[in-house]
Amino acid sequence: MSLERPRLPHEIRHWFGDMECDYVYTLGIAGEKFYAGLKEGRIIGSKCPSCGAIWVPPSLYCPECFEETSEWVEVPDEGTVYTFTVAYVGPDGEPLEEPEVYALIVLDGANGGLLHKLGEVRPEEAYIGMRVKAVWAPEGERKGAITDIKYFRPVE
Amino acid sequence: MASVKRRVAVIGAGITLFRRRMRETGRELSFYAAKMALETAGITIRDVDAVVCGSAPDAFDGVHMKGEYLLDGMGGHNKPYVRVYVGGGTGVFTPIAAWWHVASGHFDIVLAIAEEKMSSCHPHPQKAFTTIFDPIYTRPLGPNLVWIFALEMQRYMSVHGVKKEQIALISVKNKRNALDHPCAQLPAKITVQDVLNSEVMVWPVQKLDISPPSDGAAAVVLAAEHVAKRLTDDPVWIEGVGWCLDSTYWTNRDLYYPKYVEYAARMAYKMAGIKNPPKEIDVAEPYDPFDYKEAHHAEGLMLARKGEYLKGIKDEDDIFARYGRDGDLPICPSGGLLGVGNPIAAAGLMKVCEIFWQLRGEAGKRQVKNDPRTGVAQAWGDLMQVGTVIVMRA
Amino acid sequence: MSVKIREYRGTPYSRKDLEEGRVPAFRDKPRARYAWACGPAMGRFLAELKEGRIIGRRCRRCGRVLVPPRMFCEWCFRPTDEWVYVRDTGTVLTFSASYLGPAAERLKEPIIIAVIQLDGASPGIGILHKLGEVKQEEVHVGMRVKAVWKPPEEREGAITDILYFKPIREGQGGGE
Ligand SMILES: [Zn+2]
Ligand SMILES: [Zn+2]
Repeated sequence: MSLERPRLPHEIRHWFGDMECDYVYTLGIAGEKFYAGLKEGRIIGSKCPSCGAIWVPPSLYCPECFEETSEWVEVPDEGTVYTFTVAYVGPDGEPLEEPEVYALIVLDGANGGLLHKLGEVRPEEAYIGMRVKAVWAPEGERKGAITDIKYFRPVE
Repeated sequence: MASVKRRVAVIGAGITLFRRRMRETGRELSFYAAKMALETAGITIRDVDAVVCGSAPDAFDGVHMKGEYLLDGMGGHNKPYVRVYVGGGTGVFTPIAAWWHVASGHFDIVLAIAEEKMSSCHPHPQKAFTTIFDPIYTRPLGPNLVWIFALEMQRYMSVHGVKKEQIALISVKNKRNALDHPCAQLPAKITVQDVLNSEVMVWPVQKLDISPPSDGAAAVVLAAEHVAKRLTDDPVWIEGVGWCLDSTYWTNRDLYYPKYVEYAARMAYKMAGIKNPPKEIDVAEPYDPFDYKEAHHAEGLMLARKGEYLKGIKDEDDIFARYGRDGDLPICPSGGLLGVGNPIAAAGLMKVCEIFWQLRGEAGKRQVKNDPRTGVAQAWGDLMQVGTVIVMRA
Repeated sequence: MSVKIREYRGTPYSRKDLEEGRVPAFRDKPRARYAWACGPAMGRFLAELKEGRIIGRRCRRCGRVLVPPRMFCEWCFRPTDEWVYVRDTGTVLTFSASYLGPAAERLKEPIIIAVIQLDGASPGIGILHKLGEVKQEEVHVGMRVKAVWKPPEEREGAITDILYFKPIREGQGGGE
């Protein structure tokens, strides 16, 4: 049988739901080296046997040569601001009391760079090419996380 | 397939261990498999013109845009690179996509690589699996993925009068075959009784009827004829490819037979000139995430008539005589997903690697005894709807 | 080349390794929230469920009555033509008993589920639902079943407005 559309008390237009999963992300072979290094106050990179590039953060392989990196090497915790931005809102779009400066920092002798926060510097003072150095969390407070470096500060 | 421009060969293959949980990131696993495939093909990444990535839902690795995330570990850095996706059928579809990259004349050497890291989804990837169901019609019923397999298995058994004791023999065979696979996650010497006594998950599916969730990666290198002949004396030709998808309305079709697998197989067989599959195919790797699925898919591949894959098979001797490595038609000599493991896309590609090694006579302890010339690998996926098929010849 | 490969790589770990901190890992629990549009077919289907009715759509070209309804026929690839009520009785096409919950957690009492071809839907056109008032060993393919609805005031326009399907036992109505 077929019927004309009857009067219905309401149209059902949307169905609400969510997709929730718990994840465990292993650090990987290279990641374990990197984060273990941070806990010791060292920045670890990986060296490509073919082109000699030192990748920071380290990678198990050289993305250029696709060769397995053969050596874990410590790089200085000093480098150069490659580019930077000033954040006026936080991760959920909430306004920040004080603007924060985030920079991509190329560490001395390394390929690639770390995204991190700049401290002890006003937004208008930051510039591309600025020399910066890591300020570490005290040894007992380090957890093997990127936040073991509190921020990078300018060096003269 | 009137105008395939060039013949395409597989010239190298690589694979990682398959395990429930791996410390390596998905990228690192991909690198291992890709590197091995390149080395066995005798080439480097510089020789590769394009890369095809295969990986199942983003929800497993827990990284959205997983193709892009995996790119550098797959050797796709600054190259034409694409991720293909047809659910559980992805593992066989990945070399199919790589095949058309080469057959079209556009690229000479293409790396096809598949990865899955299901352990990221914690404690069990089942949670991610439930998001494949229709959010409005089905999810409110609280389904888990095993439901659809149980319903399909029941329907298959009911329509054909196949017994659980017979189906369990497939698990016995594949887990035993996997004892000879160096990467296998769940190789075992078990009996039908072990399967029938294992925990009931979703009746009639029991624990030993199911393949495990896994981490792993696999890769193959494809080359155009003129390049393949220069690089190797033993190219394995891709002679037929086929794929077909039905709708996600899986309750609206009879689950006893995977028609879409048959359509995919017909496409591949036509291209390869195969008219009598059980006679012309020497070794097969149908997709076996569950034991009954091997029967279901072998029938879809027309290696047996509908409902007859297990006809007359009553015990271990029967199944090994028919489908063992020295049997009439060796099926899943690798050990399949049941024995080697099931990192979804990587598992499908593992089957293509196996056919490659079998046709080259390089499968070692797993080598089938009938001097195979023609092999077929098949994968399947999603809501009882995807079939992907590849036919290879030595 | 299987026989020529010397080493297969990968570093396994166990759940215990993770829980006891031997394998460092980051944890995250992304939670994406959605409002899925129902569209005309599903919206009507759900609204009818609230009224205690089940509706499908007919394609006049292939003649199929599709349940759940959709506005196009995937066989003929054309719009479907009309709304059709189907009965809340039907036949079990296949069934199962799940001892697993949605996150693979173990259940003491199984959930019995079935694909049910409702009377008035085309052959082979089934819906997924639960079975109730029946033991696992009593269920069989071909069994006749009838919907058990929530009381009208509790219905919300959802597939769960039908609580489950129960067997039609001899002497009970509900068939033809
Ligand atoms: Zn390099
Ligand atoms: Zn139609």
